[in-house]
Amino acid sequence: MDSATQERRKERIDRGIKVRTEGIYAISSWQGITYMALPTVAFVVGLLILPLVVPTMAWQRIIVIACLFALLALVFDFLTNFVGIVCLGGAFFTGVGGYISGLLNSAWGIPIIFTIPIATLGGAIICTLFLLPCLPMRGIYFAIVSLMYPLLFARVIQALNIFGGTDGLPGLSTFPNIWVELYLVLPIIILLTFGIRRLVNEDFGIVLRAIRDNDQAVKASNINITWFKTKAVLLGSAIGCFAGAYLAHLYGWMGLSLFALDFSIFPIAATVVGGGGTLVGPVIGAFILAPLSEMLRAFGPLRVVFYSLILAGLVIFSTEGLVPYLERKYHQFERWIEV
Amino acid sequence: MHIFIFGLVNSVILALFASGFALVYGVSRLANFAHGALYILVGFSTWLFLNRVGINYIGSIVLSILIVSLIGGAIYRFLLIRVKGMPDSEIIASLSIGIAIMELFRWRGFISETYMLPPFVKGSVNLLGVMIDWQRLLIIGVGLAIMASLWVFTHHTKVGLSLRAIAQDKHASMMSGIEPDRTAVIALAMGSALAGISAVVILPLGNITVETGYMVLINAIAVCIVGGLGSWAGVFAGALLLGFSQILATALLGPHWQMVVVLLFIIITLIIKPSGLLGRQKELEERV
Repeated sequence: MDSATQERRKERIDRGIKVRTEGIYAISSWQGITYMALPTVAFVVGLLILPLVVPTMAWQRIIVIACLFALLALVFDFLTNFVGIVCLGGAFFTGVGGYISGLLNSAWGIPIIFTIPIATLGGAIICTLFLLPCLPMRGIYFAIVSLMYPLLFARVIQALNIFGGTDGLPGLSTFPNIWVELYLVLPIIILLTFGIRRLVNEDFGIVLRAIRDNDQAVKASNINITWFKTKAVLLGSAIGCFAGAYLAHLYGWMGLSLFALDFSIFPIAATVVGGGGTLVGPVIGAFILAPLSEMLRAFGPLRVVFYSLILAGLVIFSTEGLVPYLERKYHQFERWIEV
Repeated sequence: MHIFIFGLVNSVILALFASGFALVYGVSRLANFAHGALYILVGFSTWLFLNRVGINYIGSIVLSILIVSLIGGAIYRFLLIRVKGMPDSEIIASLSIGIAIMELFRWRGFISETYMLPPFVKGSVNLLGVMIDWQRLLIIGVGLAIMASLWVFTHHTKVGLSLRAIAQDKHASMMSGIEPDRTAVIALAMGSALAGISAVVILPLGNITVETGYMVLINAIAVCIVGGLGSWAGVFAGALLLGFSQILATALLGPHWQMVVVLLFIIITLIIKPSGLLGRQKELEERV
């Protein structure tokens, strides 16, 4: 007992109000209701008023892009931490969604209100069909295949010179104005974040989490795990394809950059920053990283260097993420106690 | 005949790409996604030593291979050692280190001019009716020499035997006093040196570009996956298979298809038999 650190240690205790608001009695006091609802309300209101507080239209554009990245990050978090599928195929989803929507729009002139839903559903089915043979694979093997699909598709399009080839197709119809762009996607993010959180606590989600923990045991309980994984991937790829279709119409252009590696790497970074397994975390992480990467754009290629160094640092020094940290501070207090 | 000779050269090139990656993976089960970055690092640093510092060609080659093997060892010792045993984190960490190195070169303006290393031997020779330059023949020679010396190294030296021991049975070799982390550092340093050697023999064939790094990485992964991760015979088989199919695809369909073939091979192999042609089957680790 010579050094001070040995005599004391940090103790974490739940706040009294957290314990009081766990059950139905939370609604017995305004304080309890406020405490319980504050994080959710702050998240929803924060997202909704964010476009109003940023100064310029360029920043509003960045928010739209951050929203789309947030959707991809949400998919990544859902598939990785709730289904146990490490899917690096974000670029695959955006590419397929964007190309379907773009082709429908440019070839037959179908308006946006129809192309985006068609791309979402059709893209989800296509992506799921392609990923179906790989679903029995575990961990790193699935990760590599899903990382290779977007590269393969981009190369095939380039080699066959179809769908506009290397140059892509310009002149897709765009959204009428920035407010439509913003307030079409923001409610969807909020809806999906809380929808998926509800889903993973339903019976369906319990099976998914069981598959993540021990797939053999679930299989032994006579549950078709591939079918459950298929449904999860279908949901994930639908969201990803929606993001891709949205992006294509946002730029009014579709091209090979919809298959770019960024869409696979960014969700990982956002999840690491925000905290995996929280669903809200990746969304917040995307809203931190997307503006950051825009600000670093002035540095040119050095931006990617910063970016990957930050990612490597966060992974190597295994940080817990922003949301778990905030959650802990919110629900618990810490004090030093004598040992 | 044309296809046969160039297919052979291409296979040896692929085997060289993959040898470092396979060595690291075989010993420490670590997929080193920074492999491509280390490859172009050697290319650029050799060019710098040769043209900016003014050391002679052999000297700059030796110096940059030494430097890159130190860097490879350091990457494991100080960074990757922390995420050991978590395959996803290993891949993300090493890939982002690799991307950081490659994009650093892009930022320093290594794309504006063309960077070329001079070939060791100039000129070409008519071999069975096919004109082939000496450098390509040299690649075959160096490739075979490296494979032979790797075999001797892993079968007849103490360090090499300890590398193989760790690869075969980690716990048993730890019991006999082999330090897994030290062998992993050695493996990564050697893997980087192999990347370096292949870089200095292969790069004189064309320009040094940042994209080469990504290309090398994908090819190395493809060869290892098709042949079977962690199997040397598999590296040969995978390199031959991919090398000839690349050349065939280029000859029959066009140069764009070269990469498509590689990616298709990766995906099909992983779907049908994830352990590869000659890898040891670990059914439960791979699929449910």
